[in-house]
Amino acid sequence: MDEGTELSLTIAHIVRRLKGSHLHSQIERQAKECLHQPEIKLESLREDVRSFLKTSGWEKKLQNAVYRELHVQLPPSHPAAPPEHLKEPLAYMRKAQANWEKRVLKSLNSMSTELGVPLARMRPAVEQKELTNKWNEMGTDEPDLSRFRPVYAPKDFLEVLISLRNPNHDSSEDLSTRSHWGLIQVPLNVRDIPQLRQTYSELNLTMGQLGIDDHAHIHPVVADQDSAAAQQYSRQGCPTGLRADLWALILNSTNHPPDVMHYEQLKAGVIQHDLLVDNLIYKDVKLTASNDDYYFVFEDFLYQVLLCFSRDTAVLEHFKYNSATPPKSYIQGKVGDEECAVVYPPNGVIPFHGFSMYVAPLCFLYNEPSKLYSVFREMYVRYFFRLHSISSSPSGIVYLCLQFEWLLQTHLPQLFYHLRQIGAQPLRIAFKWMVRAFSGYLSTDQLLLLWDRILGYDSLEIVAVLAAAVFAFRAENLMEVMSLASAEAVLADLSTLKVMPLIQIFLFATAI
Amino acid sequence: MPSIWTFLKSRLASMKKSLKRTWLTQKRKTTVTQLSISGKLAEKQCPAADTCSSAPPSSSLEPTPETRGKTSGYKGSYDCGKNEEREGRSCVRYKCGLLNTIQDVLRQRPGWVEVKDDGEWDFNWCDVGWLRENFDHSYMEEHVRINHFRNHYELTRKNLMVKNLKRYRKNLERDIGHMEASKCDFFPCTFALPSEYHLFVEEFKRSPGSTWIMKPVAKSQGKGIFLFRKLKDIMDWKKDGTRSEEQKDAAQVESYVAQRYIENPYLINGRKFDLRVYVLVTSYVPLKAWLYRDGFARFSSTRFSLSSIDDKYMHLTNVAVQKTAPDYDPEKGCKWQMQQLRRYLTAKHGREMVETLFNEMDNIFVRSLQSVQKVIINDKHCFELYGYDILLDQNLKPWLIEVNASPSHTPSSQEDYEMKCRLLEDTLNVVDMEGRLTGKEKRVGGYDLMWNDGPVYREDVNLETFGSSCFTANTHLGCVNDREKQLRRLLKPFPGQKRM
Repeated sequence: MDEGTELSLTIAHIVRRLKGSHLHSQIERQAKECLHQPEIKLESLREDVRSFLKTSGWEKKLQNAVYRELHVQLPPSHPAAPPEHLKEPLAYMRKAQANWEKRVLKSLNSMSTELGVPLARMRPAVEQKELTNKWNEMGTDEPDLSRFRPVYAPKDFLEVLISLRNPNHDSSEDLSTRSHWGLIQVPLNVRDIPQLRQTYSELNLTMGQLGIDDHAHIHPVVADQDSAAAQQYSRQGCPTGLRADLWALILNSTNHPPDVMHYEQLKAGVIQHDLLVDNLIYKDVKLTASNDDYYFVFEDFLYQVLLCFSRDTAVLEHFKYNSATPPKSYIQGKVGDEECAVVYPPNGVIPFHGFSMYVAPLCFLYNEPSKLYSVFREMYVRYFFRLHSISSSPSGIVYLCLQFEWLLQTHLPQLFYHLRQIGAQPLRIAFKWMVRAFSGYLSTDQLLLLWDRILGYDSLEIVAVLAAAVFAFRAENLMEVMSLASAEAVLADLSTLKVMPLIQIFLFATAI
Repeated sequence: MPSIWTFLKSRLASMKKSLKRTWLTQKRKTTVTQLSISGKLAEKQCPAADTCSSAPPSSSLEPTPETRGKTSGYKGSYDCGKNEEREGRSCVRYKCGLLNTIQDVLRQRPGWVEVKDDGEWDFNWCDVGWLRENFDHSYMEEHVRINHFRNHYELTRKNLMVKNLKRYRKNLERDIGHMEASKCDFFPCTFALPSEYHLFVEEFKRSPGSTWIMKPVAKSQGKGIFLFRKLKDIMDWKKDGTRSEEQKDAAQVESYVAQRYIENPYLINGRKFDLRVYVLVTSYVPLKAWLYRDGFARFSSTRFSLSSIDDKYMHLTNVAVQKTAPDYDPEKGCKWQMQQLRRYLTAKHGREMVETLFNEMDNIFVRSLQSVQKVIINDKHCFELYGYDILLDQNLKPWLIEVNASPSHTPSSQEDYEMKCRLLEDTLNVVDMEGRLTGKEKRVGGYDLMWNDGPVYREDVNLETFGSSCFTANTHLGCVNDREKQLRRLLKPFPGQKRM
């Protein structure tokens, strides 16, 4: 397919997406209102309106919106490709994901049956009132959560990934040195250090990295309100005082009245209905964020965001490009009847153990629940969903695992071999870091610096690079351990690490 | 050459013998100065307490002067480049009355040995009780240091602190003006009870419905504190004019202060917190004070609300009180490091507002010290580490709650323990028994010199910068504390220690 057709397809798609959006109506209204202005002349109406929109900043907003669409939408590979291919082009991965989903759903359903708790129920009026009063301090509630257990933990997901195999690829004949020592045995094309150096050139040892000093003035990037420029800027780190605005700009996440209203609607949904997954969320927050020195203060925020997140059907849109499919639930007695099917939970995302850690670091940046929600949701549908679904995407967890193992095997072969021999496969330790994008393992300021780069490079690849860099950093100690438990102990505490020097040294100072 | 070595060895042996004799016959404390000899011979460390008290290791080639009966003591050769007045010691005999972090820090310090019971000491880390009983009867040589000022309570007892601050403020208003005096408006309206009961009632009536907090003047760790809104709750402290002077002294009611409660504290996600900051004062006249970069924010474990003033756990944030709260989870960690808080506030409010806040806190530290400058008995043997408790309100204005002279060194977690070790180590570095500093330093480890008989600036004030008006204060509270790197550059290693 030639470039011209591809481009026009993309344009058509974006126009379709933006048509009828809030931005569209705002721009239309602005254009209509500007007709009253004296500098708009009938003869040159088109150019005048255009230049007005440019100077008043509306063109920039449109640019940002288009930029956002370009990010979340994969380029169409072929006009005749079916929609599944947009989710995931490789059939065996799609199948594996579907099987995994079945297991998860089964687990959820059996929990519901065992405990006698319905998947969803309407709250009685008294309970609704109580919840409304307690909305800002839901953390004070101590419901009995002992019967609930998380639907799955990252460990279980890792086992599934380990068992992934490409049926078309027979690796048994591979006696060459390219045999893979790690746990992931799928033939994805991962990158090596010279290629990574090119991509992450802004992280070169000679380039200064921000995030430690704060600027006294508002950087022009924020003043310009340009998403693309902000993204480029973020590659070298965001100053603490500007990070919140920069991230919102990069994600094109707004907090206008329609967004606030949307959040309020979700809140009303939480008050009206009680979902089984709510208990899972409560349990997760209590087990993870509440016990964390940095995040325990934000307990209430986490409930306010995650409970609303579960009910947000706008999130369903991302399943177009997510290999996962939202689970369906059927009205009692009508299983199989598609007309009586409804997505459960409403946003299609079943939380797992540690899910709340995706939100926790954002609490450092955003005060208002609706703004916090807006940013989190955008981060989820752009990046985080890839960390717990099986796909071949270069930001997907399978790719990250393979990338990590490959970097380790290529550049620290002695270490990898040693760890393998003692039964401590590196991925078993690093997996939990990567699934959470290191949230809860690094100190907050370092984590935010890492996430600056995820946004800046629009990819989660840096997470795999960091995981390898951590092993490289502690290689000496790791060479001395003789068991998986001791290896875990060496890598148990990452809170003192400085991520940028580690990544820089690993990428740019490793001999190749 | 063997013969010279034998000569030296025998010389050393005889010197030891003579000194041992002198030592044992000596009743008064003898000043023995051991200096690190650069180059020549490796310094022998004091291996054990008894060896030290009986025969100080001598490692100088110079003949030793007689020490019998002398108090000015033995002076060995000086290390080149040292200030001639400073006598550094490589063997420091310390006394320590407390059983927590400070013990570990003192024990690990190279060349420091503990003396037991009545042994003579060069350094004393005591508790205020010991001080009260013994300070006045102790004779201290010039080099000796002790960790409290005799009448530190002028700053650390709540009623006296308020009295001194009020007087200081009044003097400023009279001498300079209203603007200057308003810089002292960092403590909430406070009255000592029962002595100022009537003044308190006047103020109380002027602001109906406000909440007040009662605190015993001499207790710590949150004991005896309660909130009230009605006068009847504090009837016991009502000043009874019929009592005689003697009766007043033997009052059955304990001294308390009533302070206006800050009803709009800055909350992080609904939780109240206060700040603990460490300030080291090495001299009051002239005033020399250091500010430590680390500190922490202590959170209340329950959410803040004015409706339940009986909930002690919610309003008081001292860790000691939190530990007894029913839902206290020791794993939970009620503290944030100061760096964490500073980052959080910067992300929320921007750099400028946070800088203003920290400058205002500097103001609190300096002015509170200035308010007692003339009252505290300045003694060159004394230094003191204060723990300041600061509360922020919703407008990001800091308020001084109290000053502690014996800030708790009992750690609440591993991270906390490490921070307190660093703090105490750096305190000992500043006190500098070993004589390794020149006295001109603006930073020692995690301590930044905040006030040295005048404000201390980050920038070096010289002829070129003299006319400039943009000086920044030399304080870095909540900033990166790369103390090890700084100490390596600043200090020579301990005698006998290899440079790393």
